[in-house]
Amino acid sequence: MHRRCSFGERLTALFATLAFVTALVGPPGTRAANKIQIMTATTDLASLAQEVGGDKVDVESIARGYQDPHFVDAKPSFLLKLKRADLLIVVGLELEIGWLPPLITQSTNPKIQVGAPGYFDASRFAKILEIPTGQVTRAEGDVHPLGNPHYWLDPENGLRIAKGIADKLSQMRPDDAAYFAQRYADFELRLKQADQRWLAEMQPYEGRKIVTYHRSWPNFAEHFHLNVVGYVEPRPGIPPSPQHTVELIRQMKQENVKVIVVEPYFDLKTPNAIARETGGQVLVLPPSVGGEKEITDYFKLFDYDISKLKQAFDATH
Amino acid sequence: MKRAVLVSAILLLCSASRAQESTAAQMSGGNSSALSPQEARMNALEDRVRTLAEEVAVLRGELKAVRDAKSAEPASDPRILLAAAHVEPGMLLANPSPIAASAPPEPAPGAPQMAQTQTYGGATSNAKLLNPDISLIGDFIGTAGHNEVSPSRSLELHESEIGMQAIIDPYARADAFISFGETGVSVEEAYVTFTSLPAGLLMKVGKMRADFGKVNTTHNHALPWIDRPLVTNNLVGGEDGIDDAGISLSRFIPAPKGWFMEGTAQVYRGDSDDVFTAYRRQDLGVVGHVRAYRDLSESTNLDLGVSYARGNSAGLITAPNPSAFFTNIYAGDATLRWKPLRRAIYKNLLLRTELFWSARDQLSPLNIFQTQHAFGMYASGEYRVNRRWTVGGRFDRSGRATNANLTDTGFSGILTYWPSEFSQIRGQYRFGHLALANPGDFSNANEFLFQFLFVMGAHGAHPF
Repeated sequence: MHRRCSFGERLTALFATLAFVTALVGPPGTRAANKIQIMTATTDLASLAQEVGGDKVDVESIARGYQDPHFVDAKPSFLLKLKRADLLIVVGLELEIGWLPPLITQSTNPKIQVGAPGYFDASRFAKILEIPTGQVTRAEGDVHPLGNPHYWLDPENGLRIAKGIADKLSQMRPDDAAYFAQRYADFELRLKQADQRWLAEMQPYEGRKIVTYHRSWPNFAEHFHLNVVGYVEPRPGIPPSPQHTVELIRQMKQENVKVIVVEPYFDLKTPNAIARETGGQVLVLPPSVGGEKEITDYFKLFDYDISKLKQAFDATH
Repeated sequence: MKRAVLVSAILLLCSASRAQESTAAQMSGGNSSALSPQEARMNALEDRVRTLAEEVAVLRGELKAVRDAKSAEPASDPRILLAAAHVEPGMLLANPSPIAASAPPEPAPGAPQMAQTQTYGGATSNAKLLNPDISLIGDFIGTAGHNEVSPSRSLELHESEIGMQAIIDPYARADAFISFGETGVSVEEAYVTFTSLPAGLLMKVGKMRADFGKVNTTHNHALPWIDRPLVTNNLVGGEDGIDDAGISLSRFIPAPKGWFMEGTAQVYRGDSDDVFTAYRRQDLGVVGHVRAYRDLSESTNLDLGVSYARGNSAGLITAPNPSAFFTNIYAGDATLRWKPLRRAIYKNLLLRTELFWSARDQLSPLNIFQTQHAFGMYASGEYRVNRRWTVGGRFDRSGRATNANLTDTGFSGILTYWPSEFSQIRGQYRFGHLALANPGDFSNANEFLFQFLFVMGAHGAHPF
């Protein structure tokens, strides 16, 4: 029986295997159509990138719009897409801390490593709310020490991020800078017009008090002058507790709060119970593009959410 | 007060440089050839503004510390500020003054900390500056019941694992996990990962859990059970498994459409607990792994793998030529996951099995060269019932590496409760039909295990 196998033989075998693996793959393929390949963490960033990138970019999001962006599986199928990406746009503020870092490391794509030119942290361009002051502990639940990461729900932040993306794209493709600048200018015009319309639609409901499941809506509430007075979660990331629910019902009755906004990825049992107790209404409101089939872009996200909110406010007047 | 003056000075400087820049931008032509250097300067200026903003944040932090010391009043309703300082679209990029708005003018005892609610993302991240992410995971295990073959202690702080993870430089990151057990300290893993190699290669160098199947790569606290399967103990080196100093290279392999495939080749010194021992410097160990993955649907996926490990058999120091004795282990793993995206945090299912074949050269009791061929496997399932509860079960069957005639069988039922993402309470009932030294003799073990796990700090995400 052949049992002896020298060190050299073994090493040779190893390198042969590696060479085989490498040969199978061949030289890295050049991208067809010469478009900038963009991957984004969330659908909202994908929509913004598409707005300014136009037909010079291919954009795809890792998370779906109806998925909790805190908990996304780092599936290997994303690795193939990340490997080809020229630009990775992330929400930042540790929203994706549970799933994106291993994807970035394993992608073996030097362009999108943290700090590389192809790594784009959208939070650097946005106005961030709820940055904790003083000591931060997890007694507060799953707090985000860098501030609330659901900042894209303010159209002004959308505009700022789009500007950042447009600048980044121009930097990557100086020849197309004019194109991206023009796309951005067009987007700015359309978004400002839309925002005026949205603000006008929400104006009659200024100062309305609402309760939300998770702290996903501070930027939205600030922009549209709503007042979030409570949360179904006792602390961010902590499931509802009976004691907190009783307290919330008492508060809602006292302050006459009728609308409970729930993100599409949360269980409706507790919100429904609260609604029954308070005579209020549960409103499933997608915080992201793609949260419902008809929400195909950043504009439709606000169109949808605002029309749903108006209906709910009118119904519970 | 002095600090406030300093802050204002920096901001003035900052606006001045911005103003110069915009004049320059107006003067230069709009043609695309002029854009490049201009862009570069813009970027340089942007960087400078960002640096300044970060300095402001540092100063602001100091101010806040001073103010916190003076006032015990917590932050008030953020909405007060938001109505007052409504930022217009484009304002941020046209003019850095919103940063100024966020810097408190001077320490005002008792004043609400409104300004803190408005700032820009990157500016605050210097709070942790260059420290690595540090975490500690405590793993407390208790055991009750009857086990004659491999009894464990009634109560123990089984392990305290300290993790330190950081990006080293633009080309590498490093992860270190140091485990303080009941009997001593060990470096469970400490390796650097080179992320920017050519040809799509990913290289890891250091001490690491070998990429051999699934359970071998998993840290104790990330297991879906309290213990490890019988087969791990019998064939793959026990709790630490194949965990050795070495070099790992992996790469994606071209695969049929819809599949993801990855190949890994690893060279180790050849010392892994009671599986492999390097008797001479040349006695290296090798590990190979090929993984194939496919999304069956948005919520369901299939993960397959085959692995191979080879090294010199452990425990033969008295043999005449121990370097001539090898242990080859072959393994296959299959995992089916189901997780509906809309209800991912409430419901999911994972089914997994791993099969191991061990061929171990050793000396028989009569000092004759022999090869023991042992087979072992486990099959496991876990189902998330709701946000806080998971139920699971595992079937075990495994021969012993040194004596394939002895076969252990067992099963477990597991119930897990999560108060939050950062702690975990788990109970496990374990039955074992364990072989005794005499072939044909068995001892039954009935045990109840319980475990408390807690996570401090920022523990990096585990690979999928």
